[in-house]
Amino acid sequence: MHEMSICESLRVSMEEAARAQDFSRVTRVRLAIGAFAGVEVEALRFGFDVVMQGSLAEGAELVVLEEAGSAWCFDCNATVPLAARLDPCPCCGGERLVPNGGTGMTIKDLEVV
Amino acid sequence: MCVTCGCGPDAVTISGPHGEAHAHEHGHSHGHDHDHGHDHGHGHDHSHDHGHAHAEAHAHGEGHGHSHAHSHADAHGHAHGAHSHTPAEAQPERSHAPGLDARRMVEIERNILAKNDGYADVNRARLGRDGVFALNLLAGPGAGKTTLLVETLKALKDKIPAAVIEGDQQTSNDAERIRAVGAPAVQINTGKGCHLDAHMVGHALDKLPLPAGGVLFIENVGNLVCPAAFDLGEDRRVTLLSVTEGEDKPLKYPDIFEGAHLVLLTKADLVPHLDVDVDTIIANVRRINPTATVLTLSSRTGAGMAAWLSWLEDVRAEKLEALAEEAAARAAALRGAARRAAE
Repeated sequence: MHEMSICESLRVSMEEAARAQDFSRVTRVRLAIGAFAGVEVEALRFGFDVVMQGSLAEGAELVVLEEAGSAWCFDCNATVPLAARLDPCPCCGGERLVPNGGTGMTIKDLEVV
Repeated sequence: MCVTCGCGPDAVTISGPHGEAHAHEHGHSHGHDHDHGHDHGHGHDHSHDHGHAHAEAHAHGEGHGHSHAHSHADAHGHAHGAHSHTPAEAQPERSHAPGLDARRMVEIERNILAKNDGYADVNRARLGRDGVFALNLLAGPGAGKTTLLVETLKALKDKIPAAVIEGDQQTSNDAERIRAVGAPAVQINTGKGCHLDAHMVGHALDKLPLPAGGVLFIENVGNLVCPAAFDLGEDRRVTLLSVTEGEDKPLKYPDIFEGAHLVLLTKADLVPHLDVDVDTIIANVRRINPTATVLTLSSRTGAGMAAWLSWLEDVRAEKLEALAEEAAARAAALRGAARRAAE
């Protein structure tokens, strides 16, 4: 349930942005969440609703843009697209892979008032 | 409340190094809302000339329009609205009706865990300045983290100064076990929090002065999932997996293995009593993390402890050597600068 902590961090980031960019309410939040970011989107949505209560983003719409995963294949010596963590390399079928894309989670933008 | 931990206000407590209880104080400032009425919503490109500095964030989508978020770096901090020309999914509703809707877009493009990562950078810089080598130990509950630490501290005693930060939701049992071996230990109780974060560790560091060359062990909250996402400022990550946990844990909980520099298979003395194949566990670890070092040991019998201690001494020496080289380069640069001034 570190999704709750992620939502806390998100709330603090929005509060900082509100001070810096002078807005008082957030009506929509767009996040980019990588396929390998270790975040369960449904848990994140639940945490978002709970954590945002009473904050500047209470009732805000949460839009999650899912980012595709990729991995470094030690056998191909190349970055390859990877849909699921335990898939083999789509090029050589090898299994020596380290995710190198779709590992992050970013706040893209906010719709604010 | 801690900025990254979701454990609720005042739920985190951090003990002193010898067991004194302290409430965890967070210097957390809450902003107040401003409403200066300077918002503009425009559905077209627009250029401003305000005659003062702008801090601008521009993001251009491929083949689409773009949105600008301008924040003015003047003393008043007025923000002027976005000029959005964004793809349909980013377009505020009714944004083509200027004056009727004050909604605007603000580009952020910020890692959600940036706050934690900032604290982690501070911790890492501080540990570097102090010449302290730090390990983040991760594992599920009961994998043998504390038992390994107790045996490790006994082995390091009188050779390498060491201290421990213990993370648990409740109790100071683990810190007491560490102190019983003679090492200082700070207990962080996270309350309902499922992991340590870099902010908590920073507070714990305040209470644990270590001499240069010291080793700091950070025993994370027992949890095979959440701690993986939080950098604490450590030099190396060590994930423990006891052989009793089954062969496929690395496949089921990849994140905690993926970032590990070293994976320790613990309780190896129990293998004869179990239906597990150690080679299969190792293959599953490699499947998730092809580059990690994997060692098998038993804290109880001591088998495999030498290889673990040798790994620890090597990575510690490597860090100290790198710090020494940096310091020497800085000394040379400073002497060079002094000579140039004298010439």
